[in-house]
Amino acid sequence: MAGTTTGIPANVTQGSQTKGGVGESMLRPDGTLKVTGEFAYSSDMWHEEMLWGQVLRSTVAHAEIVSIDTSEALALSGVYAVLTADDLPAAKNYGMEYQDTPVLAYGKVRHHGEPVALVAADHPETARRAAAKIKVEYRELPVITDEASATAPDAILVHENRGDHHAGHVPHPNIVHRQPIIRGNADEAAKKADVIVRGEYTFGMQDQAFLGPESGLAVPAEDGGVDLYVATQWLHSDLKQIAPCLGLPEEKVRMTMAGIGGAFGGREDISMQILASVLALRTSKPVKMVYNRYESFFGHVHRHPAKLYYEHGATKDGKLTHMKCKIVLDGGAYMSSTPSVVGNASSLSVGPYVVDDVEIEAIGLYTNNPPCGAMRGFGAVQACFAYEAQMDKVAAKLGMDPVAFRQKNAMEQGTIMPTGQPVDSPAPVAELLRRVKARPLPPVRQWESSEGADVRALPGGLSNTTHGEGVVRGVGYAVGIKNVGFSEGFDDYSTAKIRLEVINGEAVATVHTAAAEVGQGGVTIHAQIARTELGVQQVTIAPADTQVGSAGSTSAGRQTYMTGGAIKNSCEIVREKVLEIGRRKFGSYHPAWANAELLLEGGKVVTDGGEVLTTLVEVLEDEAVEVEEEFRHRPTEAFDLRTGQGNGHVQYAFAAHRAVVEVDTELGLVKVIELACAQDVGKAVNPLSVIGQIQGGTTQGLGVAVMEEIIVDPKTAKVRNPSFTDYLLPTILDTPTIPVDYLELADPNAPYGVRGIGEAPTLSSTPAVLAAIRNATGLELDKTPVRPEHLTGT
Amino acid sequence: MRVNFTVNGRKQEADDVWEGESLLYVLRERMGLPGSKNACEQGECGSCTVRLDGVPVCACLVAAGQAEGREVTTVEGLADYAKHRQDAHPGGGCASGACGTSLQDAQQWSAKGQDSQTGEGTELSPIQQAFIDAGAVQCGFCTPGLLVAADELLERNDTPSDADIREALSGNLCRCTGYEKILDAVRLAAARQGEVV
Repeated sequence: MAGTTTGIPANVTQGSQTKGGVGESMLRPDGTLKVTGEFAYSSDMWHEEMLWGQVLRSTVAHAEIVSIDTSEALALSGVYAVLTADDLPAAKNYGMEYQDTPVLAYGKVRHHGEPVALVAADHPETARRAAAKIKVEYRELPVITDEASATAPDAILVHENRGDHHAGHVPHPNIVHRQPIIRGNADEAAKKADVIVRGEYTFGMQDQAFLGPESGLAVPAEDGGVDLYVATQWLHSDLKQIAPCLGLPEEKVRMTMAGIGGAFGGREDISMQILASVLALRTSKPVKMVYNRYESFFGHVHRHPAKLYYEHGATKDGKLTHMKCKIVLDGGAYMSSTPSVVGNASSLSVGPYVVDDVEIEAIGLYTNNPPCGAMRGFGAVQACFAYEAQMDKVAAKLGMDPVAFRQKNAMEQGTIMPTGQPVDSPAPVAELLRRVKARPLPPVRQWESSEGADVRALPGGLSNTTHGEGVVRGVGYAVGIKNVGFSEGFDDYSTAKIRLEVINGEAVATVHTAAAEVGQGGVTIHAQIARTELGVQQVTIAPADTQVGSAGSTSAGRQTYMTGGAIKNSCEIVREKVLEIGRRKFGSYHPAWANAELLLEGGKVVTDGGEVLTTLVEVLEDEAVEVEEEFRHRPTEAFDLRTGQGNGHVQYAFAAHRAVVEVDTELGLVKVIELACAQDVGKAVNPLSVIGQIQGGTTQGLGVAVMEEIIVDPKTAKVRNPSFTDYLLPTILDTPTIPVDYLELADPNAPYGVRGIGEAPTLSSTPAVLAAIRNATGLELDKTPVRPEHLTGT
Repeated sequence: MRVNFTVNGRKQEADDVWEGESLLYVLRERMGLPGSKNACEQGECGSCTVRLDGVPVCACLVAAGQAEGREVTTVEGLADYAKHRQDAHPGGGCASGACGTSLQDAQQWSAKGQDSQTGEGTELSPIQQAFIDAGAVQCGFCTPGLLVAADELLERNDTPSDADIREALSGNLCRCTGYEKILDAVRLAAARQGEVV
C-alpha cells in the first residue's frame, strides 16, 4: 500500500484546494435546523418533571428592604419553593469585573426591577401568581439619577462600602471609574485655532433587544452538582461567577451552550443562570426559566446613556488644532463592565483623526438607574456620536465640505493615538469616506410612480400621513474607530480542541470550542478554518460546553480573531502530528517526506509542488490526532490613571457611513432611505456573513438614531417602556437598503489578517443618520434618538 | 379544559389547558413544537407567527381555546404545507413531539458541515431554502415567524415588489440581519417559484 502512494491518482486534481475554506461564502451549518424550527434555543429546553422558575423584581428603584413575607406564595398549590437572599447557599454577589451584584437583593434594592425573590412551580402561571403573592415592604430612599445627584458632596452612596480596585482612585464613591487622557497641551494648541466649536450631546439608553429571551434549564445532578443549559456569550466567565454562588467547585457546574437568539453584549453578564440553578438544587428538580420581554428589559444590562461635552479647534485651512472633552457614562446600580466602557470611551474619544493636543476625561457613574454594561460598540458608540457631530459643526464653521474636512484630518497607518499608541496596521479612514461618498445617490422623490405616490416609501409609511408635501431630503456622513478584542492588559485568550480521525473511510475534523455562536456565524468560519488548515471536507462542530478550555467572550469583535486563531493554531499542530505519522509510515518511500514543504489538501498529503504523497485516510488509519491549544493576541497594557498613556488596544476597526434621509417636516417623521457602509474587514473569512454583520450593526445604529431608547423616569428612576410595544425597534419598513463596500487590508498581526467586524458599523451609522437629518432640516439635534417633537419644535 | 385542533395536518388534543394559556404555550410546551418562538408574547415581534385556518397570526395573542376545531400550521409543518399547497387541506405534518427538541437532542446538537450545507435529507419549502441560501438566517430566532409570514405572502402574490415584501413582513422584527438578506431571500424564493411554473 505504502509504496503505491507516490504519483498522482487519477481522481485527484493536482494542487487542488479544499472546498469551503477561508474566503468563501459558505452557508451556515445550523441553517437547516433553524429554518425548520428544530434548532434548540435556550427557551426550548424541556425535561420531564421540570418546574418553572419565576423572579419577583423590585417595584422601586432605591429602598431599604424592611421585610419579605413569602407565606402566602408558599401556600399556593403547585409551588415547590419560594426563596429570598436568606436562602442562598453561598456567595450572595456576583459580577464580571467585581462582585457587587446581589443574586437576590438583601438589605437594599438599588434599581427598579432588581431580583428580590424566587419561585419554582409546576406551571409558569402558578409561578407568576405565587410571585405576585410575595409581600415586600420597602422603605424608599432618594434616587441618584445623574452626575449632579451622584457627585454631590452629601450624596447618598449607591454602594456604601466599596472594595473594588477602582475605589481608591476615584474622586467620589459614586464614580465607578475615571480615565483622563492628557497628551500635548490643549490650552496652548487652542491659541492656534481660527475657529473653536463646542457642543453638548446626549446619548440615550439603548437596549440590545436580542429576540431570544434570557432562558435556560438547570438540572440537578446525582453528585450534588448541576447541569446547566443556557444561552450566554462566555461560558467560562459565567462558570467562575456561578460556582461560588452555588457553593460548588467549578467541576460540579457543568455548562452546555443552548441555542442563542442574539446577544449584542446583553448576555455577557449573568442573568438567570444562578437563579435557575439555586432553584434546581433546592427542589432537586429540573428548573426551566424563561424571562418574558418585560423581565428581559430588567434582566440584562443596557448600553450606557451618556452626556458628552466637546470642544474642537481648527485652523482656517481645516486642520484640527486640539480637542477637549468630558464624557459622563451612567453605569447604573452595579459595576458590570463600566470600567472598561470608560476606558474605551476615553481612549477612542478623538475618533479616527489626528489631534496631537488633547485633554480628555471619561467617568462612569453609580446611580439608581438600570445597570449598564456591554453592548455592541462598547463606549466607542457614544463618543462617535459626539465627535462626528463636532466634525460637521467645525466643517460648517470653516465653510468646508464635511467629508473633505474629515479626510484632511483622517488618521492613517502610523498615526499616534491620544494614548500614545501607534496605529501599526492599515487605517483607511479617508478611503472609506471616499467610497461612501462616491456611491451614486438614490434617485430623488422615489415615492412617485406613474400611478401617483406610493405612501409606503414616504416618512410615516402605511400610516398615509403625507403624499410628499413637506418632505425634504438630507445627506450625512460619519466614520468611526473601534478597538477589537479585550484591552488594557486583559489576559485575552481562546482555546480550541481539534480532533482528526477517519470515520466511514473519510478524514473528519472535529472542532470543539466553548465559543458562543450568537448568530454572527462563528460555527461557519470555524469549519472553514479547519478545512483550510487540514485539507479535509468534513468538519463537525461540537457543541460548546465547559469540557474544553475557555474561548473568551463572543464580543468586542474578537471571536474570529481569537477562536479563529486558536483553531488555526491547533490545526497547525494537528498537521505537524499527521505529517510525523506519515513520515514514520511512508518516509522511506519518497524523499519528499523529508525534504519538501508538505501540505494537507483535499484529504491528501501534497508537496508544495503539487505532488500527492498519500491520503489522510492512509496516514491515520485508526489513529486519531487530538490537540487542544490556546491562542493569545499580543499583550496590551493598562492606561496610566493620570495621563491615559499606554499601549492599551490590540487592533482597530474602521467603518464609514453615508445616510440619506427624507423628513416630513410637518409631522417630524423620518424615513432613512439609504444607509451605505464602507468598512475595512482585514480579511473576509466568509463574505456572506461579513455583509450580514455590517448590515445588522448598521441597523442597530439606525435604531438608536431615530427610535430606540429605554426611558427612565428622572424622578423615580423607574423604567417606563419595558416592552416591544413601547421600546421601538426598526422594522423592515424602517430599515433602508444598506449597500456594503468592504476592503480587505490585512492586519499583519492577526490570523489571516482578520479585523473585527461586528462592532464598527454600529458606531458611524447613528451620527450619519443624525447628520442627514440635520442636513435636511437645518436643526442642531444633539440627542439620540431624534423624536418627532425635536423636529417640529412641539 | 380540553382543546381539539389540527396541527400541521394532524389531529391533536391538549388536556388540562388553562383558560389563559396561549396557543403559543400549547404548541411549545404541550405539543412539543418549539419552532414558534417566544420573543415578546405581546404581538409585536412576529416570532411566533403561525397560520390559523390559513391566516397568519401571532400565536401568543391567540387564546388556546380559540384554536378549537381549527387548523394550525407552524414552521415545523411549513415544508409539507408548501408541498401540498394546492390541496384543500394541508396534509400530514410532523407528529407531536417528533419535531420538538428534547434535552438529549439539544445536548447532542452538532453542525455537520456537508449535510446541512445542502439540506440533504431534509425537505425544505422554497422559502426555507432561500433563507439559507441568501444568508438571511443569523441567530435565527425570528426566522420561523418570518418564514411563515413570507410563505403566506408568496402564496397570494408570486411576484411581490420590494414594497410588498416590506409591507408583508413589517410585523416581524429581526435584530441581527438588517433585513437586507431577508428581502434577498424572499426575492430568491419568488424567482425560483417563477422558474418552476
